[in-house]
Amino acid sequence: MAYLFQQALNALQLGSIYALIALGYTMVYGILTMINFAHGDLFMVGAFFCFLLAVYLKLSFVPTLLFTILGVAMLGVVIERLAYKPLRNAPRVSAIITALGVGLFLENFTLALSPYPKHIPALIEHTTWTIGTVSISSLQILIIVLSLVLMLILDFIVQRTKAGMAMRAISWDKTIVPLMGVPVNKIISLTFAIGTGLGGAAGMMYGLAYPVIDPYMGIMVGWKAFISAVVGGIGNIRGAMIGGFILGAVEIMVAAFFPSTYRDFVAFTMLFILLIVRPYGILGKPHPQKV
Amino acid sequence: MSSFKAAYHTLLAHWHMLTGYKLFWPVFMIAGLAFCVAVDTYGFMDLYLQLILIYVGINIILTVSLNLINGYMGEFSVGHAGFMAVGAYVASLLTVHSFPAGAQNMLFPLAILAGGLGAAFVGFLVAIPSFKTRGDYLAIVTLAFCMIVKSVLENIDAVGGPRGLLGMEKLTSLPWVFFWTALSVWVIRNLVYSNFRRGVLSIREDEIASDLMSVNTRQVKIIAFVVSSFFAGIAGGLFAHALQFINPRMFDILKSTDILIMVYLGGIASISGSIIGAVIYTILLEILRPLGVWRMVFMPLTLVLLMIYRPRGIMGMKEARLFTPLRDITTEKLWRQKKKEAPDASA
Amino acid sequence: MPLLEISKLTHRFAGLCAVSDFNFVIEPHELVGVIGPNGAGKTTVFNLITGVYRASVGSIKLKDQELVGKTPHQITSLGIARTFQNIRLFKELSVLDNVRIAHYGQIAYTPAEALLHIGRFRAEEKRITNRALDLLAIFKLDESANEKAKNLSYGLQRRLEIARALATEPALLLLDEPAAGMNPNEIIQLMEFIRWIRQTFSVTIILIEHQMRLVMGICERLVVLDFGATIAQGLPSEIQKNPKVMEAYLGVEVAS
Repeated sequence: MAYLFQQALNALQLGSIYALIALGYTMVYGILTMINFAHGDLFMVGAFFCFLLAVYLKLSFVPTLLFTILGVAMLGVVIERLAYKPLRNAPRVSAIITALGVGLFLENFTLALSPYPKHIPALIEHTTWTIGTVSISSLQILIIVLSLVLMLILDFIVQRTKAGMAMRAISWDKTIVPLMGVPVNKIISLTFAIGTGLGGAAGMMYGLAYPVIDPYMGIMVGWKAFISAVVGGIGNIRGAMIGGFILGAVEIMVAAFFPSTYRDFVAFTMLFILLIVRPYGILGKPHPQKV
Repeated sequence: MSSFKAAYHTLLAHWHMLTGYKLFWPVFMIAGLAFCVAVDTYGFMDLYLQLILIYVGINIILTVSLNLINGYMGEFSVGHAGFMAVGAYVASLLTVHSFPAGAQNMLFPLAILAGGLGAAFVGFLVAIPSFKTRGDYLAIVTLAFCMIVKSVLENIDAVGGPRGLLGMEKLTSLPWVFFWTALSVWVIRNLVYSNFRRGVLSIREDEIASDLMSVNTRQVKIIAFVVSSFFAGIAGGLFAHALQFINPRMFDILKSTDILIMVYLGGIASISGSIIGAVIYTILLEILRPLGVWRMVFMPLTLVLLMIYRPRGIMGMKEARLFTPLRDITTEKLWRQKKKEAPDASA
Repeated sequence: MPLLEISKLTHRFAGLCAVSDFNFVIEPHELVGVIGPNGAGKTTVFNLITGVYRASVGSIKLKDQELVGKTPHQITSLGIARTFQNIRLFKELSVLDNVRIAHYGQIAYTPAEALLHIGRFRAEEKRITNRALDLLAIFKLDESANEKAKNLSYGLQRRLEIARALATEPALLLLDEPAAGMNPNEIIQLMEFIRWIRQTFSVTIILIEHQMRLVMGICERLVVLDFGATIAQGLPSEIQKNPKVMEAYLGVEVAS
């Protein structure tokens, strides 16, 4: 029982990171119907920003977090403007390839600048409480609580503010809404800023939880987060959160009972089967084809 | 200036004469094969240069075959490296464990063929989800497939797990690469100039209308995936026996991206484009080798710029005359002839 | 024997009844119109016949052969071809290829023969190219055989779509709003054209249309749909006087 509780806690930690990244995929997909394959690498850039800020500028936790989010968000907006915007009316395949290219560029550029893995210093004091046989660390609590807070803020923005309304409107209809005076480019930039900012925050938290970072760390985590977004129904924000926690739980459970090398296999097989059986995810709706 | 132009036109005319000539391909094939055999036996070419030529050939096979799905059919598969892995592992397991040591050279084509067939079978399985899903989702399915192949290989100790497979003899020689490259280009060319071409192109344009115009879309998709993955498997087998060492990490998404770059650089839905793309990219990578890691920064940047400024690639949707069958050129003649006849019929 | 026999056909989209209890029989060589206000379920009927949607209830029989459960390309090969409300040509492909694609189901060579360009391949390719060119000549499209379909004018695109449908050698041709976007003059020409097609290719035609002038002018029989239900069937002159039809088109009748 205690073992199960311990695993559930681990699942919650991993799941909240997946969920944060998945939000970025899903928001961009919702607004541009484009899969931003570079998103996982922006998550990696987040971890490296955190490293730079913490090691060279010796900032403490809160400013590091704020500047990391800000920096990654700005990078996301720049990428959208330079690489994706010219392709908005191009075939969708072009946009996917471009995103793959941007991702590779970020990875290799980081690799060229920092050939060796880096170690992120502990920015908060480590305390571990032990209740029975279950041990809870302050970091775990921090990651889970912070993720939930960020998600609540996002949910508030999307559901209750004017900009959020515009986002939902654009993802609902891409031809009519721009004619209604909604500043589409601004909203798209904002979406990218929020989505990638959350990814950056996830990168930092991941870096705190697993302190050794390298330029390729974003690939696998990015794909996992992407799976979460698809599981929840891509384009659906609440779906992405649920999907993140589901995938986190599945992975921790697989690792608890099987050799940990089976984890990726199970995650991708899950995606494979889901795409065939229910391609629109748990909360998504199927799009009937019109003839 | 005008003399340049004149020279260019004469050259072009000569070129057209040459390519229009029925014997061009047979002569080219025999000469090419003879040259490769000569290089292989007498070894008058630098080994490094030979290796690059081998990679060029393998990359041509990979690019032409991926173009079938990504170019002609207009789908987006990122799983090509996965098919390649299947071919590489099947062929290597055969040569390392099953074949007697003395007969390696003779049985090598069988190993390559088996690799291709193995990959084709897996390609058939991946074709099934393509019945229902398209576009982004199909891209993810192929990606998931690529990752699954990698994780499965990493988890099977019998094939070396994450350490990979060793012990292949260097069986991939220039003549063999020439043979398989020519074969794959020829077969795919044939396929592309048949009913199948019209099938895939119509799926790319409008799948529902295509189905309603009597195109068996499922059959077309299966053929596309099976043929494409068959040749990816062939390329994998050749690759494994050129490098004499494989591990699962070689066939990850980065390898697929390499092939994608070659396809979109050379041009979608074009065989000549695929060859051009594979040749340019392979040679460029070698030339830029001194740049080290920065080379890998430069490459994705090229891809992004390519997508923004020339999304269809160098030869996008066009074909060099050399690769269109004579018959297809006669279609035009037929058309002109009919146009001439038409007034008589009405008179 | 009737050519097409539809009985008790019903189709629902997420609970909404798009077509309910549709019964319909058409004899060879008839020309029947299906009319009704927007959203009455006309195109859904076509989609059900051609297998784009699978009917929830009911049966569709072509010469006593059940079509429900068959895929669109099978149904097309059995002899039903159609055009689309919003033209769906293969825009980037040549006019010739648009028509050649429609011969797909008639090709006699196997994939293996295509792979190696052997056996029946050459003869078959020549045959369908010839047929396609002949068909284009009949439709006066042969001049632009090598143009991309998207470069044709709107009227020619409509014509090409009909040519493409006829290339599948149908017994039954379904035309979905062929007069959309045409002026009265063009509609008169179209009426002649449709009659001529029926004669030349000896096909049976079902026509969906909004343009009353066209429907009343050429159809021998009409079916009126409203909210998925059949509200009237009969001769054009009967339909014109039917109060239910007037109500569907003009709203609830005001007390005269």
